[in-house]
Amino acid sequence: MKNIPISAMIGLFFTALYFLAALFAPLIAPYGMAEVVGDVWETSRIEIMLGIAPDGVTEANYWLGTDNIGRDLLSRMIYGGRTTIFIATAATILSFTLGSVLGFFAAVAGGWVDQVLSRFVDLVMSIPTLIFALVVLSVMPVTVPVLILVMGLLDSTRVYRLARAVAVDIEVMDYVEAARLRGEKTAWIIFREILPNALSPLVAEMGLRFIFMVLFVSTLSFLGLGIQPPEADWGGIVKENKDGIVYGIPAALMPAFAIATLAISVNLVADWVLNRTTSLKGGRG
Amino acid sequence: MSEPLLKVRGLKIGATVYPPGEKPHDIDIVHGVDFDVQKGKVLGLIGESGAGKSTIGLASMAYGRGGVKITGGEVWVNGRDIMQSSIGDIRKLRGGEVTYVSQSAAASFNPAKKIIDQVVEAAVEQKKFSRKEAEDRARVLFEKLGLPDPQNIGDRFPHQVSGGQLQRCMTALALCPEPDLVVFDEPTTALDVTTQIDVLMAIKEAIRDTGVAALYITHDLAVVAQVSDDIMVLRHGNMVEYGPVDQIINHPQEEYTQALVSVRSIDHEEKAPNGDPVLSVRNITARYKGTQFDVLHNVNVDLYPGQTLAVVGESGSGKSTLARVITGLLPPREGEIEFAGRTLTPDLAGRSPEDLRELQMIYQMADVAMNPRQTVGTIIGRPLEFYFGMKGEEKRKRIIELLDEIELGEDFIDRYPAELSGGQKQRVCIARALAAKPKMIICDEVTSALDPLVADGILKLLLQLQKIEDVAFLFITHDLATVRAISDSIAVMYQGKVQRYGGKNQVLSPPFDDYTDLLLSSVPEMRLGWLEEVIANRKMESAGN
Repeated sequence: MKNIPISAMIGLFFTALYFLAALFAPLIAPYGMAEVVGDVWETSRIEIMLGIAPDGVTEANYWLGTDNIGRDLLSRMIYGGRTTIFIATAATILSFTLGSVLGFFAAVAGGWVDQVLSRFVDLVMSIPTLIFALVVLSVMPVTVPVLILVMGLLDSTRVYRLARAVAVDIEVMDYVEAARLRGEKTAWIIFREILPNALSPLVAEMGLRFIFMVLFVSTLSFLGLGIQPPEADWGGIVKENKDGIVYGIPAALMPAFAIATLAISVNLVADWVLNRTTSLKGGRG
Repeated sequence: MSEPLLKVRGLKIGATVYPPGEKPHDIDIVHGVDFDVQKGKVLGLIGESGAGKSTIGLASMAYGRGGVKITGGEVWVNGRDIMQSSIGDIRKLRGGEVTYVSQSAAASFNPAKKIIDQVVEAAVEQKKFSRKEAEDRARVLFEKLGLPDPQNIGDRFPHQVSGGQLQRCMTALALCPEPDLVVFDEPTTALDVTTQIDVLMAIKEAIRDTGVAALYITHDLAVVAQVSDDIMVLRHGNMVEYGPVDQIINHPQEEYTQALVSVRSIDHEEKAPNGDPVLSVRNITARYKGTQFDVLHNVNVDLYPGQTLAVVGESGSGKSTLARVITGLLPPREGEIEFAGRTLTPDLAGRSPEDLRELQMIYQMADVAMNPRQTVGTIIGRPLEFYFGMKGEEKRKRIIELLDEIELGEDFIDRYPAELSGGQKQRVCIARALAAKPKMIICDEVTSALDPLVADGILKLLLQLQKIEDVAFLFITHDLATVRAISDSIAVMYQGKVQRYGGKNQVLSPPFDDYTDLLLSSVPEMRLGWLEEVIANRKMESAGN
């Protein structure tokens, strides 16, 4: 771990910060998640420190101010991050497991198995993901497991495409042929011969996909079909506070800032992992 | 003696390497080399891969490829030290005074432009000739290089001529601007032997007629002996020996040069067939899915236990397809395969574990035949675990035994393929095949990607293992020297048919059919004047007809 480039350091630091905050939310958050502590949209300490507070306000009680019904915004951001990151992580893991196993299987099996799977995936991909999700969620009860399932399944089509493309390239290598000639089962070929060599592009894609998941769950919440109040998540916080923007209240921008920094940090880490694992000398990290 | 055209003094070349998990550092590729090339003379640079021969060739144009830097020394061309020249002067030099012929003409020509446009480009760009003059000159060169229809061949696109013709077009490209020096970088290595001889002759005559000087880079001493006046032997970026061709070929001084000259000196006596064949290929006809063309026509061959059958032919002759049919990767249209007294199912899926175990395969490219993410121990250990259910200490002991048989030490067990040399990789592949205790191993061009000395070691190892393990080899190759060295029987293949088949001595002694004769006479021999003799013989024959 000596030669970590500075960019990866920054990425690791902020990613770790977000995940730790999510993990230990009840310990860190100064107030309860749904606890009303003050007035509506109170000015934040940060605004005062930056000198952009409204005229006449010189003192503030809360780091990020309060939200549209007077709850502490910092606490809601921390609890919201917990929900958002948990759902995004779970959905990413689901989509990667399912998508890559099916993609590898299609590449190894070939023939009609590949045709059926690939055309089915094309079919699902031809419907815009967000609309598909909205339709499904409007008839299903919106709970966290359902959200994870819908997001994970829809996104696995994209992972499938990538995994299949990568595996098709690896599948023609002599070492895979050697394994076939030895009489190895399909599962061995997928998990022992192909998976270790397909990991680098998949890990890079995972970073990107995770962020898309964060955006996806935020979008759903913003549209009212994701996390239901009073539970907090970043998309929901934007929705609750969006009216404040008209009056110059920055509360709705906080989640946006959080999503942006998380996205950049995660991708810095993914880039570094990619660089480490794809070297010219046989690719061993 | 007059001032040489190219004078190189103390040439040092370095590069920066980026090993994974370590700090980048500089290494030396060439450690101070001196040589001269006189006007109209040819200097052969010879050595195994990594010897620095291409790097030195490009240095005579003051060019370093892919991060390679010339770190010291002088390179004098026509009395100027080009290392001190400005970039503008060097640009005038490249493609004008010094030109370059690369190994793969197919990869060097732009597929979207006509050949003539690319051949005259440098000459016109350097303002040596007008476009019209350059085109006339190109046509003269096409004719001199023996290309068919020299007036119009330039109007074709690169994919419309054969590999050997394209290589000659590239030679025309290099000669077109009337350079003083041409750097030939392995110009015939990628060609079949029967094509190589034409290109070699064309290059040799063109050099003689135009009076140009040349650096001829190759790893094949027999080839370089035909075209050069002087030879420099390189190893690990150092000069080993430097002198006139006659001296290097006939009286080599250094041990390394002697090893190069005497390579392929394996003596192997043909063994008579004994008992029932381990493999009988019966009337096999095969074609690839979705094509209307039979790649194999009615092929019949037998292989006896503990013996070697060499299948020899040019690229496209169907020899690798035969291997695919035998292994079950390509079910044949007609015919059947008997193996160890059993009839094998045409398709891989129907074969028993015993069939799979007793029939193993070794590949041409050892780097892609091993999973880069598995250690040597895993690679060799898997067949042991898979076929014999070995585990733990028992497996480890057997792996070490196998490593010992392929002359590698116990410490290789935890290495990854990327940490092995080309020869070591191929040895590990051999151990993997042996681990299954097979009756027969298919060796598909196993030595063609290796340097001559390393290939020699692999062949010796294979012969030795054959004695110990009593395994039969089906040896697929295009290299007749290899065939002589290890086979007991030979099948010569041409366009999917077995042209000639029998014991080694019978196949390799006259009377020959036309194709076998052509093939045998095209293999470069390591003596002076061989090329001229062959060409003279062929001219006489065609005149006689």
